[in-house]
Amino acid sequence: MIVEPVTDSVAEGSASFLSVRDLRIHFDTDDGLVKSVDGVSFDLARGKTLGIVGESGSGKSVTSMGIMGLHRSKRARISGEIWLDGQELVAAQPDQVRRLRGRSMAMIFQDPLTAMHPYYTVGAQIIEAYRVHHPEASKKAARTRAIEMLARVGIPQPDRRVDDYPHQFSGGMRQRAMIAMALVNDPSLLIADEPTTALDVTVQAQILDLIRDLQEEFGSAVIIITHDLGVVAELADDIMVMYGGRCVERGPAATLFDNPEHPYTWGLLGSMPRLDRELQDRLVPVKGSPPSLINVPSGCAFHPRCPYAEQTGGRSMTDRPVLAEVTPGHHAACHLPAAERHRIFAEEIAPRL
Amino acid sequence: MFFYILRRTFAALVLLLVVSAVTFGIFFLLPRLAGETTDQLAAQYIGKNPSPEALAAVKKNLGFDQPLYEQFWHFIKQIFVGATYKYGPDASTCHVPCFGYSFKNHIEVWPEIESRIPVTFSLALGAAVLWLLSGVTTGVISALRPKSFFDRSSMGVALAGVSLPIFFTGAILHYLFSYKWVVFDNLHYVNFTDDPVGWFTNLILPWISLAFLYSALYARLTRAGMLETMSEDYIRTARAKGLIERKVVVRHGLRAALTPILTIFGMDLGLLLGGAVITEQVFSMQGIGFFAVSAIKDNDLPKILGVTMIAAFFIVLCNLLVDLLYAAVDPRVRLS
Amino acid sequence: MTDTQSSQGKGTQGTARLRKSAAQPLLRVTDLERHFPVKGGLLRGNRGAVRAVDGISFSVNPGETLGVVGESGCGKSTMGRLVTRLDEPTGGKVEFEGQDITHLSAGRLRPLRKDIQIIFQDPYSSLNPRHTVGTIVGAPFRLQKVATEHGVKRAVQDLLELCGLNPEHYNRYPHEFSGGQRQRIGIARALALKPKMVVADEPVSALDVSIQAQVVNLLDDLQRELGLTYLIIAHDLSVVRHVSDRVAVMYLGKIVEIADREALYRNPAHPYTNALLSAVPVPDPRRKERRERILLTGDVPSPLNPPSGCRFRTRCWKAQEVCATTEPPLAELAGGHQVACHFPEGQEGSEGQGRPAGEGEPTDAAAAE
Repeated sequence: MIVEPVTDSVAEGSASFLSVRDLRIHFDTDDGLVKSVDGVSFDLARGKTLGIVGESGSGKSVTSMGIMGLHRSKRARISGEIWLDGQELVAAQPDQVRRLRGRSMAMIFQDPLTAMHPYYTVGAQIIEAYRVHHPEASKKAARTRAIEMLARVGIPQPDRRVDDYPHQFSGGMRQRAMIAMALVNDPSLLIADEPTTALDVTVQAQILDLIRDLQEEFGSAVIIITHDLGVVAELADDIMVMYGGRCVERGPAATLFDNPEHPYTWGLLGSMPRLDRELQDRLVPVKGSPPSLINVPSGCAFHPRCPYAEQTGGRSMTDRPVLAEVTPGHHAACHLPAAERHRIFAEEIAPRL
Repeated sequence: MFFYILRRTFAALVLLLVVSAVTFGIFFLLPRLAGETTDQLAAQYIGKNPSPEALAAVKKNLGFDQPLYEQFWHFIKQIFVGATYKYGPDASTCHVPCFGYSFKNHIEVWPEIESRIPVTFSLALGAAVLWLLSGVTTGVISALRPKSFFDRSSMGVALAGVSLPIFFTGAILHYLFSYKWVVFDNLHYVNFTDDPVGWFTNLILPWISLAFLYSALYARLTRAGMLETMSEDYIRTARAKGLIERKVVVRHGLRAALTPILTIFGMDLGLLLGGAVITEQVFSMQGIGFFAVSAIKDNDLPKILGVTMIAAFFIVLCNLLVDLLYAAVDPRVRLS
Repeated sequence: MTDTQSSQGKGTQGTARLRKSAAQPLLRVTDLERHFPVKGGLLRGNRGAVRAVDGISFSVNPGETLGVVGESGCGKSTMGRLVTRLDEPTGGKVEFEGQDITHLSAGRLRPLRKDIQIIFQDPYSSLNPRHTVGTIVGAPFRLQKVATEHGVKRAVQDLLELCGLNPEHYNRYPHEFSGGQRQRIGIARALALKPKMVVADEPVSALDVSIQAQVVNLLDDLQRELGLTYLIIAHDLSVVRHVSDRVAVMYLGKIVEIADREALYRNPAHPYTNALLSAVPVPDPRRKERRERILLTGDVPSPLNPPSGCRFRTRCWKAQEVCATTEPPLAELAGGHQVACHFPEGQEGSEGQGRPAGEGEPTDAAAAE
């Protein structure tokens, strides 16, 4: 399902439902050019879930906002191609993209309290989302639809709660309402940006379950963006790991967790304490801090933090590694020879995870 | 919600009572503490060389022989039930709402204030409409195009507007339009019911000079509020729904950005309704502010007290209205 | 509830990593309460109280780490503020080194501030942006008028180094640092006066994953080096498992379970603990097929009007009549493992892994919405 974008072929791109080709989103700021997303490509089929994992500033949220066409600032420079169901979005008229927003592609956000307007009832906001794309629908029909959606996402007494304001909902209920709002027009692409980060563990479990159920029911494509490897493991079919605005590793969830190829992915896995493993005496953190996007390190952006950078004979500091297929469907951008990586992982990393 | 209204109204009433007690204290307690006798006080009502009988009558009529708290009670009471002054040669009645008699011309304070209310109201409300329209519009457009030419120039003008006092802008306008070019000659207040066109043409210059100051202030406030609101998460949500930008701005942005402005507007309008002192002076409009200034010049205590009470009443009333409006606009206030 | 804490001190002796001989707990909390009055109605009279912390007892022994987990609104942060006396309890007792500090005045608390320090969650807002790092970290010396051997600057630079920061950054401002470094500054400040106890409220939850591990390791090293006692409050169960010797689980202002780490994660006795553990997402895609997850329904009830009896009963699949009528006391099962439940989960079957994966018995009832 993930296609290596060696060529920016249109025909190839339009084959899957969502296809992103060499997407670059740069922002002109007073401090310099911020390369938030710098050449990202991926494909996603209907009914599948892509997890984008990365730390703050890795470009994961900027990518999703770019797909939605939400970078309106004149200072944003966007290039590359985004194909959604055969339609290219980067070069399209803004109003054309607007018509797709909320209908073909919808988004849910991290903090449902701030993401909903405090002055309008939950129902009014869902109704609004429905009527933007169904102007012919009567208010009554839209309201019925809103109640139906609230019921579908598991809000008790939806006919009553529809008239409540967001602040009268609990955190989990608000996120359910956000999901109802996003799904009201039956979008074929749902982007969930840190959908459970602001929620408690037990509520997070409920919401992840809900997203999974709804996807099975509606058959939409889902992109889930998170910093939590546990969350993507719950939902994603494929995983893309981002670092410094680029994709450093991509592959099916099953193989990516068992045989991660990139030292950064190893670092992420080693950093998190895991309930499903025996207790480690110490965690294995990644040294240093995430890179500045204005001065992205030369060569491999990860090299200042990579414990194996020296083993590349200096290439990691000068050449940017290309994303290359290691095993079918599994790509990594690393200068270390694959065999060497596998040896390091097996001997040094895996025992400590 | 019901409790909220009740509580706010009650608080407003208490506030008014406190304001009146403080003003009353300043005018009647402080002089006494400073050593002024009730005779001296009563003498002010009569003029030079008062006869002892007249003095006694004034003291009895106005209750200067009673303890101060009783005087205050009478002061409050007469606002609601009026008062009769039955001692002395010419007994008289003070009608509801009674704010007492003037020292100087011996006429009731309230009818004088009442006759000036339309002037100040016309001035304040007209200017308010003008500054709200121009200030908010400028602010919104500036916020939507930050750092554009429009933004920079309008904010420059706004800075000038905030810095220039009314007696400067007002005087310039007055000079240019009614002396140099004689567009509006001989400015004076005309009742709206008598002559709507005259009302309008006579007020347009005072409106503009007053509104210039305020719209500058409101443009800056709106711009700041709007910039903040437009970066809120719910604006992003509104865009993600596919709403057209105009609806995003008006329905989602403006409504939230305007609520804090409402609070300031209530305060400003209330202040102005109690007398647009400088504007009225510059354009010789016989409003409450003009009245207040002349009362202070004359040291006419009952007039000053009356006008202070009225001004306080308008401010408290406007703030009460704003509180209630706020609850109507923001469900978090209403439903908490 | 009152008789539990006496046994607690003894029962947990074995787990204290250092100073096993310490007879007296460093911090002892008894029936701690913090009710926030809620005003309402026409005259804004008291309409009740949010029972943020509602009668909790525990103790922390010198050198050990007690982790406190719970979901938002369970009162864990309020508890942290109470034991550091940033807030005053409305009931119960807080003792530090045997001294009752429950209602000490601000002035009498000053010497104590040296011994108990707090680290906050948000490294962005808890540092004054207008002060240099040197001023921030050095402030405790100046405030407490502590003499330093080679001057304050030297002491601050030593602290910065201890916390993994470059001592040359003495004159920089907080905004010049990354999130993880800012949290290190916060830790350096907390450690300036060599406190005996550090209360950390969500010390790593605002940080990126790779940075979290750095800070967790730092806390670990500092404890070993300086013999610190930690009270770590967090919502992340995996982090708490990693750092704690003992763990307390809070729900709606109460401790529902407190035990040694191993006991709690291997054999959670309270249904709520069980549900929490099963809800944690694990970075292993195959697990989602295998495991039965306990899915709690509904939301946490309001602390303004908590359910009668057991507070968890409204979401509990094991709830019976007795749960509504009688509040289960925090009672000891074995070896310091205390649980407040009428029907604690079976203690016989020990799972190899830290979660009740395959047991499956109670899950269906709860999972079916």
